[in-house]
Amino acid sequence: MELDLLYFAWVRERIGLDGERVTLPPDVIDVAGLVAWLAQRSDGHGEALADRGRLRAAVDQRFATPDTSIIGAREVALFPPVTGG
Amino acid sequence: MIDVRVQMERFDPGVELAHLEAAGGGGVASFTGIVRGEGGLVELLLEHHPSMTQAAMEEIAAEAARRWPLLGIRLIHRIGGLAPGERIVFVGTVARHRGDALDACAFLIDWLKTAAPFWKRERFADGQCRWVDAREEDGQAAARWG
Repeated sequence: MELDLLYFAWVRERIGLDGERVTLPPDVIDVAGLVAWLAQRSDGHGEALADRGRLRAAVDQRFATPDTSIIGAREVALFPPVTGG
Repeated sequence: MIDVRVQMERFDPGVELAHLEAAGGGGVASFTGIVRGEGGLVELLLEHHPSMTQAAMEEIAAEAARRWPLLGIRLIHRIGGLAPGERIVFVGTVARHRGDALDACAFLIDWLKTAAPFWKRERFADGQCRWVDAREEDGQAAARWG
C-alpha cells in the first residue's frame, strides 16, 4: 500500500524531510505499526521517532491514536503535541 | 455566524468585535493572544498542518455552537513569523447573555491550544531556536470542559 507521510515541527527537522511517499508492507496496519516500521528506515527516522510518548499523529487530517487503523488511508502526519493558541 | 480564518496577515480585534456586536446579542466576549517577548525572544514561528488546520478549527467552533446558544463566533489564528507584542490568536463570541459568551470564549481558546495542529518555535537574540513544549496545564484546561 502506498501512503503519503507528512512531518511537522521537530519531527520534520530530525528526519530532514517535510514528507515522503512510502510503500508499506501488508502487516503494517495501524499508527503504532507505521511508526515502528518507519523508525528503522534511517538513523534520522529512528532518532525523530524514538520518543513515542511525545509523538502524535493524524490520519487523513483527523487526529489519531497509536491503535488508529491506517488501512485504506491516503495520508498520515506525524508531529509533536500541538502548541497553538 | 461562524467565521474561522488561518492567516499570515495581522488582524484588528476592533473590526472583529464590531462584527460580533452587529449580530444582535446582549453580550460579546473575546480573547486576544499576544507574543510574549520574554528571555530575549525575537521571533515566534507558527507552523501548521495546512490541509487540516481550517477544518480542525471549524470543528472546534461547531462544538462550541452545540454547547452554548451563540449568535456568532469569530476565530483567527496567525501562522508564520511573529515579533514580540504581535497578536497571534483571536477568539470572539456573541450570545444573548454574558455567561454563554464568556464560557464559550474560554472553551474555544482552551480547545484551540490542544486540538488544532499548530506548533510554535521560538528564536532568541543569541540565535538559538527551540520548539515550544506542550504544557500539561493546557491539557488540563481543555479537559475540564469534558
